[in-house]
Amino acid sequence: MPSIFKNIINNFLEFHSDEASPDRYKKLRRNITILMIIITTVPLLVMASVNYHQYNTRLTDEIVNPLRAISNKSKHSIELFLNERLSTIRFIESLFSFEQLSDKKALNSIFRVLSLEFKGFIDISLIDKTGKLRNYAGHYVLPTGDYSQEKWFHEVSIRGTYVSEVFTGYRGYPHISMAVQHMTKNEEIWILRATIDIKQFESIIRAMGLEAESDAFLVRNNILQTHSKYYGKVLEKCPIPIPERGFGTTITEITDPDGRNIFMSSIYFEESDYVLVIIKPRSVLFKSWYTLKTDLFAITIISIIMIIIIAFKLSEALVKNIQEADEKREMAFREVQHSQKLSSIGRLAAGVAHEINNPMAIINEKAGLMNDLIDFSPDFENKEKFLNLTGSIIQSVERCKKITHRLLGFAKRLEVVFENLDLNNVITEGLGFLESEAKHRNIEIRTNFSENLPRISADKGQLHQVFLNIITNGMVALDDGGTITIATWDQDKDTVGVSITDNGCGMSKETMKHIFEPFFTTKKDYGTGLGLPITYGIIQKIGGTIKVESEENKGTTFYIYLKKNFDNPNI
Amino acid sequence: MDKIKILLVDDEEDFVETLSERIQMRNFDAEIAFNGQEALQLIKNKTPDVMVLDLKMPGMEGMEVLRRVKKDFQNVQVVVLTGHGSEKDEEEARNLGAFEYHQKPVDFNILVKTIKNAYKNKIDNTMISSAL
Repeated sequence: MPSIFKNIINNFLEFHSDEASPDRYKKLRRNITILMIIITTVPLLVMASVNYHQYNTRLTDEIVNPLRAISNKSKHSIELFLNERLSTIRFIESLFSFEQLSDKKALNSIFRVLSLEFKGFIDISLIDKTGKLRNYAGHYVLPTGDYSQEKWFHEVSIRGTYVSEVFTGYRGYPHISMAVQHMTKNEEIWILRATIDIKQFESIIRAMGLEAESDAFLVRNNILQTHSKYYGKVLEKCPIPIPERGFGTTITEITDPDGRNIFMSSIYFEESDYVLVIIKPRSVLFKSWYTLKTDLFAITIISIIMIIIIAFKLSEALVKNIQEADEKREMAFREVQHSQKLSSIGRLAAGVAHEINNPMAIINEKAGLMNDLIDFSPDFENKEKFLNLTGSIIQSVERCKKITHRLLGFAKRLEVVFENLDLNNVITEGLGFLESEAKHRNIEIRTNFSENLPRISADKGQLHQVFLNIITNGMVALDDGGTITIATWDQDKDTVGVSITDNGCGMSKETMKHIFEPFFTTKKDYGTGLGLPITYGIIQKIGGTIKVESEENKGTTFYIYLKKNFDNPNI
Repeated sequence: MDKIKILLVDDEEDFVETLSERIQMRNFDAEIAFNGQEALQLIKNKTPDVMVLDLKMPGMEGMEVLRRVKKDFQNVQVVVLTGHGSEKDEEEARNLGAFEYHQKPVDFNILVKTIKNAYKNKIDNTMISSAL
């Protein structure tokens, strides 16, 4: 596994420094950036999401448990309330006989005590076994009723007790009724029925002390049994599906019809189909969670943005360094190659020059002898012509000699005599040699010397040659009436700089590549191609550097940097 | 005045023979040696006034010949004429007492002039030493 991973990373960062593709630095930068972003943001995101989920779970637990508790407690209260009422009625039913209860006065006094002692009773009625209303005490005057066909009547006949769902009935407002059947050994059957105001439920629910956004209500068979703040009035259909009966409290997280995320706790009553539902919107419960979530989100986003910025900057700097190092290396390599090329050409040139000198000397002497013999002999036909011929042989030898001597001059290990020199003076002296030609061709030579130029240590004669070579080249490149500008300046603590600029024809990139190579010349007829190579050699020997910048038809500038104090290893 | 006696030392036979012919045509006395040993032999029998010496020769190098000549025959003026010399060689030759250093091919008239100057130098030197 680790090796696979390593391979992937290696492939990703693969970089061919030799490849000529100009995009390779861009690619490298892109890859480094992506890799950096991935390896930093992935753990961050994983950690953030793990935190998120852990906190979420923990928070849910902490919300759910109190909800369960309050749900149980409230359900218990309501049940207790109902049971209390039911046992009161049963108590009355057991205590009194049918005859006693049939007495209007007695039932009224019982009801009075009942309403006084127990809250919520609306009325109480006595019903005989055929379902006929026999007596009534309460706030309403009911028509003489026959309940034999009512559902609850059958129910109470079977079970003995009955607690109804909420209904409006004759009384015109929601209530519940509960009935108890009296059954004795002598088969005397009658039913005592009481109705109870559901306001009592609501007061129990209020006692729960829920938050403003929360809601609690009773539901039976999907019909609201109490008012709900958000989900309808009593006896309307509950818009939220109520879960099936389970053990204890069921808590579900759902989205209500209004689109709110809510926690719904539901608990079924043990002996009836009532369900106590408590609704708490998630937003309330999770207020702290949302703040935290926002913080977490913000921190994560800010971190990622910072990581990305840093990754970009860092990879940019990194790749820039690599690129610079590459360029430097390449340049150094090219320089080494160049100087090696020059020195091997130099050795070759010297060898050739030496070998040619001997036969040249022979030609020279033979032609000289011929010349002498002809000269000393009396006149004969074509004597003049022969003398011309030998003369031009000797002249040609002279030309060859010049070439070989320059070749040797290029190649030989120059003995350099270091002196403490004022560079400005050296240049001014050198310009003296060129004055007449410049004047003749109407070329202006401007000097822009730094006044307090530090003195340098170099060979005066060699420097003369350097400047003469370059300035002569400049003059060749110039049309009559052009300008050559020579400037000197203090480059840094070790070097001084000289620039020689002409506004002549300039040269192409191709030419620039070769100008320091021996025998490369653009002056087809009269150039030896040795001026600049010699210049280059001298500059190297005295520890300087030479650079050239040129643009075709604009001109050329040579920059020469010379050491103020050069420790020549040859001395 | 006696003819100036010249010894030409060079392994290039063609060159040295032609040179000697031309020198003789100008009324000098010229001898030829093709290598160092031969030159040293000749010098013993007939000491020349001026010696024209090549540096690069098989056998004994010109520089060695120069050293020996200057040791045993101080008066012989040596003109070095070589196709191979570097500035180092020139300096060494001059330090060893060479009168002049020329690189091949040399203009004949310049060579003749040098030979004459060398002879003059020799005469001056002997006059000074005899005066002392």
